[in-house]
Amino acid sequence: MGTSVCNCKSEKFKQLELIIAEHKDQPGSLIPVMHEAQELFGYLPLEVQTVIAEGLDVPLADVYGVATFYSKFTLQAKGQYQINVCLGTACYVKGAQLIIEKVADMLKIKVGETSQDGLFSLDATRCIGACGLAPVMTVNEKVYGQLTVDKVEKIMKEYLDTVGRDKNANA
Amino acid sequence: MLTLKQLDEIREKTLTAANLDNNRKGTRIVVGMATCGLAAGAQPVYDLFQEAIDKKGLGGVTIAQSGCIGTCSLEPIVDVYVPGKEKITYIQVNPEKAQRIIDEHLAKNQVVSEFTKDLDFTGQERIALRNCGIINPEDINEYIALDGYKAIAKVLNEMTPAELINEIKKSGLRGRGGAGFPTGMKWQFASTSTGQKYVCCNADEGDPGAYMDRSVLEGDPHSVLEAMAIAGYAIGANQGYIYVRAEYPVAIKRLDIAIAQAREAGLLGKNILGTDFEFDIELRLGAGAFVCGEETALMTSIEGKRGEPRPRPPFPAIKGLFAKPTILNNVETWANIPPIILKGADWFAGIGTERSKGTKVFALVGKINNIGLIEVPMGTTMRTVIEKIGGGIANGKKFKAAQTGGPSGGCIPAEKIDTPIEYETLIELGSMMGSGGMIVMDEDNCIVDVARFFLEFTVDESCGKCPPCRIGTKRMLQLLEKICNNEGEESDIEVLENLAKTIKAGALCALGQTAPNPVLSTLRYFRHEYDAHIKEKKCPAGVCKAFMKYVIDKDKCTKCHICAKSCPTNAIIGNPKETHYIDPELCIKCGLCITKCPKKAIEKTNN
Repeated sequence: MGTSVCNCKSEKFKQLELIIAEHKDQPGSLIPVMHEAQELFGYLPLEVQTVIAEGLDVPLADVYGVATFYSKFTLQAKGQYQINVCLGTACYVKGAQLIIEKVADMLKIKVGETSQDGLFSLDATRCIGACGLAPVMTVNEKVYGQLTVDKVEKIMKEYLDTVGRDKNANA
Repeated sequence: MLTLKQLDEIREKTLTAANLDNNRKGTRIVVGMATCGLAAGAQPVYDLFQEAIDKKGLGGVTIAQSGCIGTCSLEPIVDVYVPGKEKITYIQVNPEKAQRIIDEHLAKNQVVSEFTKDLDFTGQERIALRNCGIINPEDINEYIALDGYKAIAKVLNEMTPAELINEIKKSGLRGRGGAGFPTGMKWQFASTSTGQKYVCCNADEGDPGAYMDRSVLEGDPHSVLEAMAIAGYAIGANQGYIYVRAEYPVAIKRLDIAIAQAREAGLLGKNILGTDFEFDIELRLGAGAFVCGEETALMTSIEGKRGEPRPRPPFPAIKGLFAKPTILNNVETWANIPPIILKGADWFAGIGTERSKGTKVFALVGKINNIGLIEVPMGTTMRTVIEKIGGGIANGKKFKAAQTGGPSGGCIPAEKIDTPIEYETLIELGSMMGSGGMIVMDEDNCIVDVARFFLEFTVDESCGKCPPCRIGTKRMLQLLEKICNNEGEESDIEVLENLAKTIKAGALCALGQTAPNPVLSTLRYFRHEYDAHIKEKKCPAGVCKAFMKYVIDKDKCTKCHICAKSCPTNAIIGNPKETHYIDPELCIKCGLCITKCPKKAIEKTNN
């Protein structure tokens, strides 16, 4: 089992080298490379940052500085289901705070955390521009709009059922 | 590579082929597929129409996806243009409704009137949004058909850069991203130097509750590309960058397609339209940092660094991206450029007011009936926007305030509703135009809580470079939290005001300098609400939890026990068929029991 993980990892690092080579001569290439690296790995662990730093010939401190400056970059792995509840103003005035509290309560995690089984992560996100449907949340790419506490309970219950997790069980 | 003549040919051909012409021969179906439409389920609706056209041989019918028409809460929207007839708009279309539209309207020419709605655009004027909801943003030919790339052709063939800059100056166009700096002046500053220069587009629309730029990018991306090329010609730049939020995947996809199509058609790249003018555009993705909407921070971010602002001067027009002269305008500003060139500066200057020309797009959201995107002439009053276009406050509630300018702006109270919307009038009210978010609040919104919300945002988004912003906004937030937690003291207001003054005077960039505005403007108009929190120990709107308690009305309670089962902290005491009561020590005031109680027997009141 260990070897298969290793292989897939080294495969990804090969792809990362290709990404770096493609952008290397472009001015201001660090952020585009980090975007693609995060797409590839799901997050930016230190070893990925090190490869980027060496590949683009920039100090590791700069890579780390950029990774921690922008909220889109994450140093921790996210859940299989990434839940983002929009806390933009339009959503907020329409009760998004209650929505995010409900989701956190059902998943038994805090905002910004990933569940221990790696299935769910919950974040508050900046305005996604779907204010006409406020309050809004996204689960991976799917957008759910005009939410109420009841509606979000149903949606989350479906996800919990899908993964076979009892909502009252501690994750 | 296209020539002028070929551009005309495409225009003529597409008008007929896509049934875009007013004298159309066949029916044109348009499905709104911007982010709002897609989230509401437009894709399966589109697929169903496409399938019907392919399989049933609905001869001569064309279908297009489009950007946002503006009435976001009615999505998915389908427009049907039958030759010789008025456009029919179907709202909240799902596959079942779509099937009936296909069977009845398309096949038998019978309008399914129960699904239609006459969208009222009275009071609006569409310049920046002229093509949104009308053309297919993924088809360059449809943009060309509605006079797209005609402005760049006119500029390259008939105008010198100096004449062009003069035309923009004469139009009176001011930046639509916030501060309202005259666009022509900016171009002129950058035109005076020689050597490598850049043209940038700010599509890092970070104000929460604002999505004007997203709509333009999703509905009419080519208008931004064309305008940037025009500016490239004006200042002598051959490279453009669009800095777009990574949170806008649909906009990014359509920009990618648009840039590829424009390159292929020779409308970007070398020898544009057969001239020796060269201009290309590259897309750069933001990574979730609000401060990158500030011009110097945005350029630092394109350079691949932490998006920290730097002091001005030197202004970007002198020393900007990669330390070269750079002009930066936001998406909506760019979208105004082609019509100004084609219809003339005088036409544009004839719209709006003495000081603010043209129109402004607003994202009208919050507690309003007609949620959506509107474009109104400058000088339109808040009353027209909220009562007429917005259709008034939702659920018959009372209008309390409108928030404009995002975290940099302020709350405009109900008593100022007759103020005409201009850059200067909004600043006089302690708010600002901002990029165009207009969030409407009713009597159920707590103003102190809203101020706290914005400060929380600013604290989170402060880049940390300068202490007034990094430390000052944090201190302001702590004070606001104290007030919202029923721990406020009378001296807190004075400290808040002092902090606000210091931050405004001392912060490095616009983010910090404007961060106190939400507090200052609410203190100015809603001092009584702060006082209620501090002196009377009350939250009049019933939002701040620390002031509230939940009680069960014994007369209404039927002892069904549903509330107790829903309570996450087991704070509701009582067995089925017994009187229930809420233990205030255990209650976390989540409000779940209120939503669950079938008899509405639970009430939230001030302590």
